[in-house]
Amino acid sequence: IGGHPNDILPLTLTSATQELFGCRCDEDVTGDNPYKILRKEDIVQDMRMRAAVSDFSPMKQLVLDYPEDELLLVYDRDFIYGSSFYLVLTADAKERHLKVIEVALEREPSEVFATQKTSEPQPWISLGSEQEIEEESLNCLSFILLSPPPSQLKYRISRVRREFGAPIFFSDRNAMETKDGFIECTPYQDKNFSLKQMERHTGVQTIPNLKSSSTQTQWTYPRSMCTQYEPREFSEEKKENCLQSEKLKNFVNSVASRFEMAIQQNEIMDVFFDDWKALSEEDSGYGRKADPHLKEYQSFTDLHFSKEKTISNINWHPTINGVIAVAVTERLSFEDRINGSTKLLLNPSLILFWSFSDPINPQLLLECPDDVFSFEFCPSDPNIIVGGCMNGQVVLWDISTHVEQLQGTRTSGGKNIANETPVVRYCAVSGIENGHKAPITDIQWLPGTFEVSRMGVPMENKNGICVQIVTCAPDCCVMFWDIRAPRVLQTMADQRKQKVEEKPLENPHGVPNTFKHLDLTWKPLIRVSLPKIDTSGEYSPLKISLRDNTCDNHTGKVAPEYALLRVPSAKQLKPLEDICTRLYAGTEDGELVYTDWKLEKDNDSGRLFSAKPSHRFIIHDGQVNTVRRSPFFKDIILTVGGWTFAIWKEGVTNGPIIQSSCSQKKCTVGYWSQSRPAVLFIGKEDGNIDVWDLLEKTHEPSQTQNITATQITCIKPWIVSCALPLILTAQTDLEPGYVANAAAAGSLYLFIVRFRKFCINLIHFLFVVQTAKQHLLAVSDHLGTLHILEIPWTLRSPSSNEKLSMSKYFEKEVDRLVYFEKRREMRAKEKKDYEAEELRKKTVRYSI
Amino acid sequence: VTVLIHHCILYKKAEVEETLKRIQGQKGVQGIIIVNAEGIPIKTTLDNSSTVQYAGLIHQLVMKARSTVRDIDPQNDLTFLRVRSKKNEIMIAPDKDYFLIVIQNPSD
Repeated sequence: IGGHPNDILPLTLTSATQELFGCRCDEDVTGDNPYKILRKEDIVQDMRMRAAVSDFSPMKQLVLDYPEDELLLVYDRDFIYGSSFYLVLTADAKERHLKVIEVALEREPSEVFATQKTSEPQPWISLGSEQEIEEESLNCLSFILLSPPPSQLKYRISRVRREFGAPIFFSDRNAMETKDGFIECTPYQDKNFSLKQMERHTGVQTIPNLKSSSTQTQWTYPRSMCTQYEPREFSEEKKENCLQSEKLKNFVNSVASRFEMAIQQNEIMDVFFDDWKALSEEDSGYGRKADPHLKEYQSFTDLHFSKEKTISNINWHPTINGVIAVAVTERLSFEDRINGSTKLLLNPSLILFWSFSDPINPQLLLECPDDVFSFEFCPSDPNIIVGGCMNGQVVLWDISTHVEQLQGTRTSGGKNIANETPVVRYCAVSGIENGHKAPITDIQWLPGTFEVSRMGVPMENKNGICVQIVTCAPDCCVMFWDIRAPRVLQTMADQRKQKVEEKPLENPHGVPNTFKHLDLTWKPLIRVSLPKIDTSGEYSPLKISLRDNTCDNHTGKVAPEYALLRVPSAKQLKPLEDICTRLYAGTEDGELVYTDWKLEKDNDSGRLFSAKPSHRFIIHDGQVNTVRRSPFFKDIILTVGGWTFAIWKEGVTNGPIIQSSCSQKKCTVGYWSQSRPAVLFIGKEDGNIDVWDLLEKTHEPSQTQNITATQITCIKPWIVSCALPLILTAQTDLEPGYVANAAAAGSLYLFIVRFRKFCINLIHFLFVVQTAKQHLLAVSDHLGTLHILEIPWTLRSPSSNEKLSMSKYFEKEVDRLVYFEKRREMRAKEKKDYEAEELRKKTVRYSI
Repeated sequence: VTVLIHHCILYKKAEVEETLKRIQGQKGVQGIIIVNAEGIPIKTTLDNSSTVQYAGLIHQLVMKARSTVRDIDPQNDLTFLRVRSKKNEIMIAPDKDYFLIVIQNPSD
């Protein structure tokens, strides 16, 4: 309503003018058709005729200036510009308006699809480009050759006449193969185009010294963790409140039924139990499951060293597979010993080390001062061996210098060049006055978890290794020894003097100095005697068994310098509460004695003495030759003696829970199986081995097998794991390409290339290591032969739940004993009552 | 094949003690623990250290299980959780404010 564009002029036309020009509102011109072309002449004439009255008079000049002949009058129906009509004043505007008309008129929807026309090949219209290229190439050529462009040379090539019509052979030729197979135009950086800007127009501003730096904290990946210092707990009354609340009651009542259903479901049937898997109890091991006999694996006899001798004890090496040590002793009676004592002194007693790789020559010999009846490897350091001799001395060996050789024989097998078997002399021996007065029949290491003080109280062992030994002998003593140097109070002066004196002593026998501090001065730590319970005198123990006490102490694996260790004062160490200090001892008279090794102090004299044993059982008809705990049950003990064997449970004091029937021949030795809780091996004096399977039969052995002709002196089972390597290789050799590269780059590169190839080859090697476990039984006989037998599958693989069944069986036996005891008491009481009744009746009769 | 026994238990508003005794008396049940929503044990038949351990660990497990069920279907909720292991089975019934944990050794 305000302004209007410059090229139009709003005007009002009276109805007379409208009629005159034929632009009556809504008749000639409408909203749809608002345009009317008026002739300029008509307008001019109208102005002349009606002068001031004409509607066009205000724009008279404009009309006269209008260049064209016809003016456009537009009917402004909506009064956009303020009047009912407007006149278009310039030609351009008129054109524009008219264009709008045309477009409006042409508003029919014309659906014309543009058809896709495939272009047809048109003939080449040469616009002269090939001529340009030709000129250019000639110019190039002339530029390169620096000569005027030559005229084109023409060549005509034709074949030899005889080859006309001959068959044509085509072949492929790799352009890369021959040297000039192709010419390439390699790109290069044209120096002309690398411009260096020599001048630069920039603005410069001085600013204060700015330095930007940044830090970033190490972003560690956030992980949700929870820590709790102490669990949150409610106080008693808060708990009570909760328990009384309604909510809890409702909750418990609502969920109880779910639980009952679930619990009973479990009771009825175990849905996760796999029947199929459980069927296959006996899976075939390596195909030999049918044969239950012990197979002879290897046997060792040395004609030189064990002629006329017997083997008294066997021990497998704890760490080196396939090495076993035997103690050989003279097969003479006491009389003969005394008579031939001079000869015996010249031939030292030995412990032989056998290795599976060499059945003829022993690998190592340990020299002993006298016949050794028992010896043991130190559990924490298998290089230390302790032995008990016939004269009551305790001996220590250190074989660390020969361990390499022992290990080497296993893998290389017979490669030793040494013709002489090396002999190791003992490095320490106890003093004769201080040791036992009878042959030491049993010797054991105390575990490295605790040590025993002078009073017999178990203390914590700070060293973590085995440092103490228990021995027993028929001189009625059980002694505890310590391999560390005794604590001796020394002044500074003494120490210095001693240091000066300690020059390196000559070592004529090449004996290691490990236990020099003990040699010849070694005294036992504790002497435990076994006084008889009822009478005077003492029990003479032959074999002892201690409870396998373990407690949480870190075990140090490094073998320390034994010479530097000192027996600590009892005050420095912490006593351990939960160690059982009781031991079982089997005696010469066939008894089993249960006693405590702790010493008590007599208040009057201040002497230390041992308490009387708590229990003693007469069980066997001969000497007890074995007292051994089961590897599966800590409180089950096997004793073998005379013609029977018995199984005891620690804590049950009524008697043995199982006792075997008398066998025909004497039982000489017994041992539990290492892998099956129900199996034990008994050796007989006729060379048989009885295998007892307590879950199968308890009245007789499951099987008997004859091993040798003379009595069996020792049985020791062992589990050996051996690796069977399997290697597959793949061959590759260096490719020519590698050689070419190597030659170009020098010899170092060649080395690197070769090494890389080698590494890649290694990937093709496949090592399949199967660790098979062999269960072996070492049996020695009276003639000095060591037999190694292989335990068959049936005797070494436990049936499912075997341990559970055995423990149930033992419990049943204990119940039986308890029941018998009760019945015995009851019967005794009954008998007493009966007798009293009889007596009363008699007196009544007499009184009448 | 599981055979379900339908139990008709006529229980009135039994006391908490009685109900717990009944559950405890079932064969093989080793222990019962009532824990509140935050994981603090309220009543238990096991020793303190085991209780605290079970309460802490199982609380987390139940929260996880419940959120899993509800994520899959927001209208659903966890009613019972049974964890079967080699040696025993742990059964947990969660609720808004408490949960009840029962440990059973089903085989013997």
